[in-house]
Parts: sequence; structure tokens; C-alpha cells
Amino acid sequence: MALRYEEAIARYEPSLGLEVHVELATVSKMFCGCNTVFGAAANTQTCPVCLGLPGALPVANAKAIEYTIAIGLALNCSVAPFSRFARKNYFYPDMPKNFQTSQYDEPICTNGYLDITIDTDEGSKDFRIEIERVHMEEDTGKSLHMGGATGRIHGADYSLLDYNRAGIPLVEIVTKVIDGTGRHAPEVARAYVSELRDILRALGVSDVKMEQGSLRCDANVSLRPIGSEKLGTRSETKNVNSLKSVERAIRGEIIRHAELLNSNQRVIQETRHFHEDTGLTTSGRSKEQAEDYRYFPEPDLVPIAPSKEMIEKIAATLPEKPSVRRKKLQEAWQAPDKEMAAMINADVLDLVEATVKLGADPTRARSWWLGEIARIANERSVAASDLAISAADVAEIVALIVKGELTDKLARQVVEALINGEGRVGQIIQSRGIKVVSDDSSLMAAIERAIAAAPDVAEKVRGGNIPASGALIGAVMKESKGQADAAKVRDLLLKHLGQG
Amino acid sequence: MTYMSSISRDDVANLAKLARIDLSEDELAGLVKELSVILDAVARVQEVAGSDVPPTSHPLPLVNVFRQDQVRPSLTPEEALSGAPAQEGKRFKVPQILGEE
Repeated sequence: MALRYEEAIARYEPSLGLEVHVELATVSKMFCGCNTVFGAAANTQTCPVCLGLPGALPVANAKAIEYTIAIGLALNCSVAPFSRFARKNYFYPDMPKNFQTSQYDEPICTNGYLDITIDTDEGSKDFRIEIERVHMEEDTGKSLHMGGATGRIHGADYSLLDYNRAGIPLVEIVTKVIDGTGRHAPEVARAYVSELRDILRALGVSDVKMEQGSLRCDANVSLRPIGSEKLGTRSETKNVNSLKSVERAIRGEIIRHAELLNSNQRVIQETRHFHEDTGLTTSGRSKEQAEDYRYFPEPDLVPIAPSKEMIEKIAATLPEKPSVRRKKLQEAWQAPDKEMAAMINADVLDLVEATVKLGADPTRARSWWLGEIARIANERSVAASDLAISAADVAEIVALIVKGELTDKLARQVVEALINGEGRVGQIIQSRGIKVVSDDSSLMAAIERAIAAAPDVAEKVRGGNIPASGALIGAVMKESKGQADAAKVRDLLLKHLGQG
Repeated sequence: MTYMSSISRDDVANLAKLARIDLSEDELAGLVKELSVILDAVARVQEVAGSDVPPTSHPLPLVNVFRQDQVRPSLTPEEALSGAPAQEGKRFKVPQILGEE
């Protein structure tokens, strides 16, 4: 009975709005000097300012302001010559101050855009995503909900608060309504978040780890019947913590809205939570009373008025656009589109680039990062960059393979040992006694022994039955405990039997 | 002097609800009077200010007061929690936020 996506999209036109929150990679918080390190013991990174104690005076972090302007410039925004912070008043214990310092009608950056490209079955398609605003705010604390249905806020007996995260600088990037994407809406959203993440990473303003929450996406979705002008009622899905989830959540919401509309039901304007396991959303906090945040200008923080010189200085430090960089790399590496897409998807572009810089051949470098290493990363559900193997390690391994001191098979053992923390490349090769048996005389001796042990097989090979040589090669490989280079053994053996 | 209250009882009741302040009927009535006086005073100032005077949010003409991005010592968890009515496991303990759906 569930509606298919194609059926939903045949009747309705989706409109999207994406809000991305980025935690900035400053070492101290937005308005105080508390540390921002992730994962510290509860409430070890707080002070009177971020706890909102009476009399505390916040002062804005210069670096956070610079980062926000850099983000705005990278997204082709105008930088406001004058903007203010505002108090967003609400009572929820994740903010100990009972308001969040944010920006309201005067964001630092406005009116930008980001161009993205998606791969479709009809070839690649370009979209321009318009940016409404880029504004500064602060992150909230973390709540643990105790008792009741495990971990959920509804019906919990009480909650426990850790304010280490409260006050970490947060930038919110809001798109204008994204229209005209039709059935590609979910992929467009994913491509936008992915491109944005690449830009933020290139800027060095955030570690952009979606799984740790330093990059979070809220997706607004609405549908209207095809041909209709009026936007439908939107839902806002939160808790979307991976690129894949962005795509899934939007797809799921399009289907859910279409089912409601098809049966003449109303879409309720509400916050919904995405569940990674089911790919579905459930209704979040009820918003029975309309939100009333009573924003007003923050009296404790003076306005921000970046000078032309300041903006030009930041503009001069902007790195190359990721899309331009990707094009250059692809040309330099002569990588096919598919492999380029695979590297972007697996998030190993930087690693491959670093490996190539250290002297590895581009094809070999990417085949390791996309092959064995990606496989292990997948198996352990972590990012390749989080494994204990560096670009330098891979470059060293590739060099050893080129020199003939490692076979691909032995190299895979080294890679696995590296990832398991058995030491550096040289140590592993030594401690595991890994070495390619390439000394021809010892190989020849082993070949002679194999032939002597199976003279009938050798005779077949001499007679032209090449596949029969497999048994002899196998015997030699077995004797060398797998350390001989099989291709070399084959060459020597066939030559020896007059078939080379 | 007679005046029309520039803020209604319902306005004040709504604000009190948003601010999580429990007010009795008497307190509400008193605040309607007091807040109205304040609002009237502000309204008179607004009449005087011409369109060439921008709304003031800050009394001093200062902009761009920043601090460098440097870590300074934080409070210990014990200090941070010293004023908390309730705590558990070095965390602030707060009553139920939302009931069952």
C-alpha cells in the first residue's frame, strides 16, 4: 500500500529548504575562553559566561567572526557592513542562559549561491542553490534523558545536562526555497550538503564531522500539486547525520507527504526526527503554541562592522574552490568520472592527493584507497581517514611494490597490520618476516623440486598444456609460504619447461 | 490622569507564560498598570525621535569588540555545579521536560 517514490513525484512538485549548522573549529568558545575539545568529561568546559551566571560579560571570538565572513564569501554572499547579535528567548534546559545568542534580522552574510552538479541517468545536471543567509550563533548543551522509554525526551523522568558544548560557535547556513528539482530533489540536497562540506573543509573553518554533529542538516520539505503555484505545508526534519541520510530523509518525507495529500489529509507543520535505522521520520516536539522567541538586540555584545580591509584580507586567503580543485586533480590523475565520484563518495580525495604528492603513481594510490583500505573502513563502519594508515604509509607501500619488494598480496597484509596498529611499514615487514622471494636461484631450486615431485604434470606443461602449470606454481608458492611473487614463479617455470 | 492601558491583561499573562513566571491575578493587574506606564513613557520618546534617528540598541557607539581565540581556564565541574538545585554524575539534573505524547 505504501506509495512508490515515482508515483509521488509524478503528481507533486517538491520544494526544499535546507538549514545547515556548522560548529566552527575555534579552540575557544564563541563568547568566552572555555575549551571546545570534543568528548571531554561532563561540565569541565564551562564558565560564568557560558553558564549564563549573573554579571558575566560575553565578548565575541574574533576568529569565529572571520570564519563566518570567509564562509559567506565562499558562498558568494554579501557581507553586511553592520550586523548585530540578538537574544532568542526560550526556556529549554539545553541553554542555561534561557536564551541563545543568535542573529535575527541582521545576519553577517546574505544572498549567496552554491552551484552543484548531480549525476543522473540522463547525464550530469547543474543546479544553482541560492543562499538566503549565513549567521552566527552558539551551540547548545547536551541532554541525557533518564527513565521512561529509554533515551527519549517524551516521558523521561528527568534529564541531565552537560554544558561543555553550550557556547561553541555555530554558523547557520540557510538556503532560499529550492524549486524545480523534481524527482532529483533528494540527490540535489545531498549534493548541496556534500559540496558545502567540501567548501567548509577547504576553508579549514570546521572539522565537518557529521557523525560527531559538527555539521548538521535540517531539511524542510513541502509538496504542491504539479502546476500549482502555492507552496504546500512544510515539515522540518532534524537529526539528519550523514549525507546518505539527507537523501533518504527527503525521499521519505516526499512519500509521506504525498500519501497524506492523496488521501485528502493535511500535512502538519512540525518538526520531525529522522531515524537512521528505519529511514523514517517521527513527529518531534509538538509546536501547539506558535513559536514566540521575542528576539531583541543583544545589549551585552556590540555590533559587528567589518571594514572593507578586513573583508578583502579574508577574501585574499580563500582557498581554491573544491569544484575547481577536483577538475584539476582529475586531469592530472587522468581518473575516469566513475573513479572520481567513488573517491569523493569515500571521502579519500585528500588522502589520494597526499599519497601522490609523496611520489606514488596516481592510479596505484587511488586503487589502494578505493580498494583494500576502503574495504576495511567499510567493514569497520568508519571513515578511511580515521583508520591508522596515512598517505605516507601508502606511498611507502606503493614504492615497495614498484621496487618489487612487496607483492600486492603481501602489501595487503602490511595494510591490515598497519590499521591494526602493529607499527610502521618497515617494522611490520620485519616483525612479520614479510619478504618477496625474488632471488632467482632459490626460486629455481624450488621449481626444480616441484617438477621432480610431479614429473607427469611437468610433462603435460612441456606438451603445451599451460593451465596444468598451476599445480606446479602452487607447490612453489606453498614452499615459499606465499612470499614468492606468483607472476615471477610462473614466468620462470614456463621458461624452464620451454613454454616461456 | 486617565489613560488607556497600552498593554492588556492577556498580553501580560502571555508574556508571563512565555517567561515561565507564575503570577496571581492581583500581580497581573498590578503589572498591567506598571508596564503601561513604562510603555507610555517609551511611546512619548518615540514621538520625539524623528525618522533620522535610528533605533538605539546600544548606548555607546562601539563596534567590533572582539577577543582573541585563546583558551582560558574553565570552572571545575564542582564549581560549575555549586549552584545547581540538583545534580547527578557531574551533570545538572532538571525535571521532566516533556510529558508522554
